[in-house]
Amino acid sequence: MSEFKRQKLRSPAENRALVEASLRSRYRRERRFQGYGMASVLASVAFVLFFFVTIVSQGHSAFFQTYVKLDIAFDPAIIDPDGGRDPEALSSANYKKLVKQSLQNLFPDVSGRKETRVLTGMVSSGAVYTLREMVMDDPAIVGSTQAIWFPADDEVDMFFKGRMDVTGPEKKRRFKDDQIGFADALQAQGRIETRFNKIFFTAGDSRDPEMAGIRAAATGSIFMLLVTVLIAFPLGVAAAIYLEEFAPKNRWVDIIEVNINNLAAVPSIIYGLLGLAVFINFFGLPRSASFVGGLVLALMTMPTVIIASRSAIMAVPPSIREAALGLGASRVQTVTDHVLPLALPGMLTGAILGLARALGETAPLLMIGMVAFIVDVPQTPMDPSSALPVQIYLWADSPERAFVERTSAAIMVLLAFLLVMNAVAVWLRSRFERRW
Amino acid sequence: MSVDGSTNIERHETLGVPFADDPIFSVRDCNVYYGDTHAIKDVSLDIARGEVISLIGPSGCGKSTFLRCLNRMNDTIDSARVSGEIRLDGEDIYAKKVDPVLLRARVGMVFQKPNPFPKSIYENVAYGPRIHGLSRSRAELDDIVFSSLDRAGLYNEVKDRMDDPGTALSGGQQQRLCIARTIAVNPEVILMDEPCSALDPIATATIEDLMEELTEHFSIAIVTHSMQQAARVSQRTAYFHLGKLVEVGNTNKVFTNPLHRLTEDYVTGRIG
Repeated sequence: MSEFKRQKLRSPAENRALVEASLRSRYRRERRFQGYGMASVLASVAFVLFFFVTIVSQGHSAFFQTYVKLDIAFDPAIIDPDGGRDPEALSSANYKKLVKQSLQNLFPDVSGRKETRVLTGMVSSGAVYTLREMVMDDPAIVGSTQAIWFPADDEVDMFFKGRMDVTGPEKKRRFKDDQIGFADALQAQGRIETRFNKIFFTAGDSRDPEMAGIRAAATGSIFMLLVTVLIAFPLGVAAAIYLEEFAPKNRWVDIIEVNINNLAAVPSIIYGLLGLAVFINFFGLPRSASFVGGLVLALMTMPTVIIASRSAIMAVPPSIREAALGLGASRVQTVTDHVLPLALPGMLTGAILGLARALGETAPLLMIGMVAFIVDVPQTPMDPSSALPVQIYLWADSPERAFVERTSAAIMVLLAFLLVMNAVAVWLRSRFERRW
Repeated sequence: MSVDGSTNIERHETLGVPFADDPIFSVRDCNVYYGDTHAIKDVSLDIARGEVISLIGPSGCGKSTFLRCLNRMNDTIDSARVSGEIRLDGEDIYAKKVDPVLLRARVGMVFQKPNPFPKSIYENVAYGPRIHGLSRSRAELDDIVFSSLDRAGLYNEVKDRMDDPGTALSGGQQQRLCIARTIAVNPEVILMDEPCSALDPIATATIEDLMEELTEHFSIAIVTHSMQQAARVSQRTAYFHLGKLVEVGNTNKVFTNPLHRLTEDYVTGRIG
């Protein structure tokens, strides 16, 4: 130590003055530090709010759909000219003509191909399927006349929702004057109604926005999540238990640990490529199947589950292990009777957060063909299927105005899924958390 | 190194009477290494049937390590290596064919910090008998649990709240619960690793009284930092210093007329 000047002790008053002076700047620094934190929180809240407000204001209208009431005369001459009620004939009948006739009855002045086409276009092209279904279900209705509510065409729907620009010169508009005329006339006759959009929740994808729904995509997502959780959770937890409680501490185990941690950071599209190469090309599993999607997402989620489970196991106090071992419990009994129950809430939380990430994942699914246009709701995990985030991606790419609100609505559904999962995570944690 | 530079501990020889006529545990030339650290050096010691033996010594002298050799708890530490011969009732407990699970059913342990399971009081005590298959019926299990709690002097305090969490008890009660949990397995030896260091004097006194009753059925080896406690509860005392067993003898003798300079320094409070 070098020379130093031996300092005289200050008087208490002098000392106190110095401390007080330092206090002011200290508190100023602390206030500033808290201010930064508060500003960050406010900024995050503002972003989240902005996001939610945008999505909800864009998407809420998709939960409703404009319907048009038409009086359909099930004319036997059109549906079944032979009179045999042959199912094949009924199924291939010209239902479009029924819609056309009913509309022409409402607007007798309309003539000419082009105008007639605009008129028939007021009602969704899905109307013919509704009619066919009705006739196939009950052939007896042929010959009667019934008032039926059909979904309006997406542009008409947009018009009534006020999302269609009807100002400016007609030439530049998508929604022309004659369409406005028909729409207003239908409304004047009380034939327009806004109803809950059941189709959105019961149908698969469609080229017509008014007939498009998220059912196929949501089912695919649920199948995938089931496959993912059934594979990733048990495997991940088992791996974590082995690594934490049983594995010898040597270089190989270290290498495995480092690699698991690295896997958690691998871009998800790589897992998609892996799934394509291994599950589809090598094992020959079907393309676009939610089972394969689930496998890929399970691979992707597993490192997260392992890491979360390991830290949950590590957080179990060693004294509990000692108590069990000291009583003569075997190592497996110690784990299953004492360590696992205590670590389970943490494991579940980690797993559900991993699953939530998997639920929103799109990139790997593109690689295994889940980006296909899926109309039918998948019945098994082996059926071609889509997934919610992929559906959002597909709709966001579609030019129709009506798909904009449906995209936002699908995002809302996806967010609802995530909220439910997080709620389940919280519930599971409080359910299994030891209250002592 | 020792305070007064006495290097005679290097020429190692345990003073006093380390051996007993009818030992339940007999330890010969026990060495323990944690990695490169030589924690226990050539310790030979007998624990007699039905006695309470205190292991005393300054921090880091190896007394807890020695205790943990007796039920092979050191096995759970990866870097620990044990050599020498430790016989329980004549059987080498480190032999290949010995199952540490069975050994720990015969040699129970009470830890420094009360560590009840985060389960009910009943489950805490019932766990040991259950995993070892000691009861054939629920009624028998009840009997084991209640009499163990009674032996641990806890029954009257908890009889109306068997389903309460064990961790909700006070520190002293928790430690008695841990003792009840240990004796429910009916071990031959109970190892106690500073069982009272986290407790207040009243709880300590309760546990010391309890130990006296327990010697009827069990042999007890207790590690303690309190020389008064050693003097109160044990018949024999072993003094450890820097991994070596310096002196063993009747407690009275060790405290009043120690043979070794180091022991004298310790018991008179000059080191430790």
